[in-house]
Amino acid sequence: MPYNSVVLVKQVPDTAHITGQAMNDDGTVNRAALPAIFNPEDLNALEMALQVKEQYGGRVTVLTMGPPRAADVLREALYRGADRVILFTDRKTAGSDTQATSYVLKCAVEKVGDYDLVFCGRQAIDGDTAQVGPQVAEKLGLPQITCAEAIEELREGQIVVRRALPLSTETVRCSLPCLLTVVASANRPRPPSARRMMACKLAATPFDYPELLRRWPEFETETALDHYLTERGLKIEVWDGTDLGLEYGRVGLAGSPTRVLKVDLVVLHSRDSKTFAADESGVAALVQELVQEYVL
Amino acid sequence: MTAGREVWVFIEQEEGRIAPVSLELLGKARELADRLGGQVCALLPGDGVAPLAQQVIHYGADRVLLADHPELALYRTLPYARVAIELVRQRKPAIFLLGATPVGRDLAPRIASAVSAGLTADCTDLRIGDYERQGRVYHDLLYQIRPAFGGNMIATIVTPDSQPQMATVREGVMRLGEPDRRRHGVVERIEPCFNSRDLDLQVLRREVRLPQVDLKNAQVIVAGGMGVGSKENFRLIHELAEVLGGQVAASRAAVDAGFISPEHQVGQTGVTVRPRLYIACGISGAVQHRAGMDQSAKIVAINTDPNAPIFQIAHYKIVGDLRTIIPQMIRAYRQQGR
Repeated sequence: MPYNSVVLVKQVPDTAHITGQAMNDDGTVNRAALPAIFNPEDLNALEMALQVKEQYGGRVTVLTMGPPRAADVLREALYRGADRVILFTDRKTAGSDTQATSYVLKCAVEKVGDYDLVFCGRQAIDGDTAQVGPQVAEKLGLPQITCAEAIEELREGQIVVRRALPLSTETVRCSLPCLLTVVASANRPRPPSARRMMACKLAATPFDYPELLRRWPEFETETALDHYLTERGLKIEVWDGTDLGLEYGRVGLAGSPTRVLKVDLVVLHSRDSKTFAADESGVAALVQELVQEYVL
Repeated sequence: MTAGREVWVFIEQEEGRIAPVSLELLGKARELADRLGGQVCALLPGDGVAPLAQQVIHYGADRVLLADHPELALYRTLPYARVAIELVRQRKPAIFLLGATPVGRDLAPRIASAVSAGLTADCTDLRIGDYERQGRVYHDLLYQIRPAFGGNMIATIVTPDSQPQMATVREGVMRLGEPDRRRHGVVERIEPCFNSRDLDLQVLRREVRLPQVDLKNAQVIVAGGMGVGSKENFRLIHELAEVLGGQVAASRAAVDAGFISPEHQVGQTGVTVRPRLYIACGISGAVQHRAGMDQSAKIVAINTDPNAPIFQIAHYKIVGDLRTIIPQMIRAYRQQGR
């Protein structure tokens, strides 16, 4: 029996490379100033969905929310085997916190429809909150299985999942549809397939059409190009708030209950300190002081 | 009852033992509630957990909402969320705190989503303060303070327009208070109502691994970093820890280099510790590491590099090679008649 999956993925700033220009004055991230990557655990989520598809059949739809350049992670999803990719982008949703983001994603998943499983990474490396998955599940009215490491069984509308927690392993059974957040230890995400990279190299959103028309003037019009890409499954669909019927009061900064009051750079404070010589007598003096001060 | 000023704490327990972070949070909640002129209310779900209610009161609760039900024996998202969501809707607490444990981080977003509350994950500090926006001043909000961007920044988050103000709080960062056995409080029994969908998920198996190292409760920690140089040299760290009756910890770099296993890692992505004494050997003191240990009461740093950032937070410094200094420390300690 085939199972349809929706995978929620995020393009994230590579937080290992933060510089001073990376923050806006309002405390939000200036994403443009950082290299952008596929959130690592979202790749594990995609891999799990692709394995379900390979074993049981069904479609894998990959959905992301972000600025137009977030389409890059959707191309990568296509190269790895996604059937359909959708970019939600709308300036009015910029600055959304996890609550507002999960509302948008809930609406988008509902518009995709006809799903058995929703997958996402356990957490994104830019926020490390691990909140969006459970919040989407709550809004969709789905059960959630966080920290999923393996699907042990999938049949008759039921799923058995092994969860990897820091100090325990738990195996749970649950009815479909449900939402899984996937941990890094779940699998080794496949690399992009060379064959699919060739097949999907034209994959584009309508934002890319003007540039594509310059490179391939033979298409003459955007309509002709759109028709060509759609027929071959190479169009990266783009949705905005109107397509989802969003209540704009629930998105963006206005729809986000949390506010960043301030962001401080971590500064080191020198403390009152004592230096001891690096020899037998210096070390002995240190140990004696620790003992006398009841530290040891 | 002062609804709207209550500070709630979710009490996480397993097999009759309360998670340490829940007790830590009771102390913090007590401090916040006293500042707000409100009460501390603990939500205690489980099966056969009534005997824990007094302990919860001793650690600072004025009122315990006791949800004792067989379906709550093991933690499962939906039954626990049902209990919490119904109570939050009815009673509208000002603040709701949960430990940033796997359970807390599974449950908190579910509750926040249902009641449209703001939620900050993995806080390392909580305070009360004012907030001004567009000419409007909000008094006595919860400052939810957490590291951001790999520990390079500290963000202060507020949730001015929604209640409750929710946060999950990292284990080990709030001081565990002393229980006061003379404290009195009210225990209120809650009768949970579940629907069949809440109870659909079944836990088939559960294997608990005992932590091999207990850094969180250690009084003395000896930690090694890249400067230790090799797995063989790391034996020195173990020896010093053994002599001092302490535990062994490591920086991420030392773990990544394979000197020691990951459960010893202290820092942003490891454990947060606050021992009486932290001896950092060959640890440069990256922000990542300091985030997990800078609350230690006393810090000794041993490093060959006099400019290593660890020296900026150390109370006692030795610029030198740990390979000669550690044996000297062991000798000196034994000569103290210890």
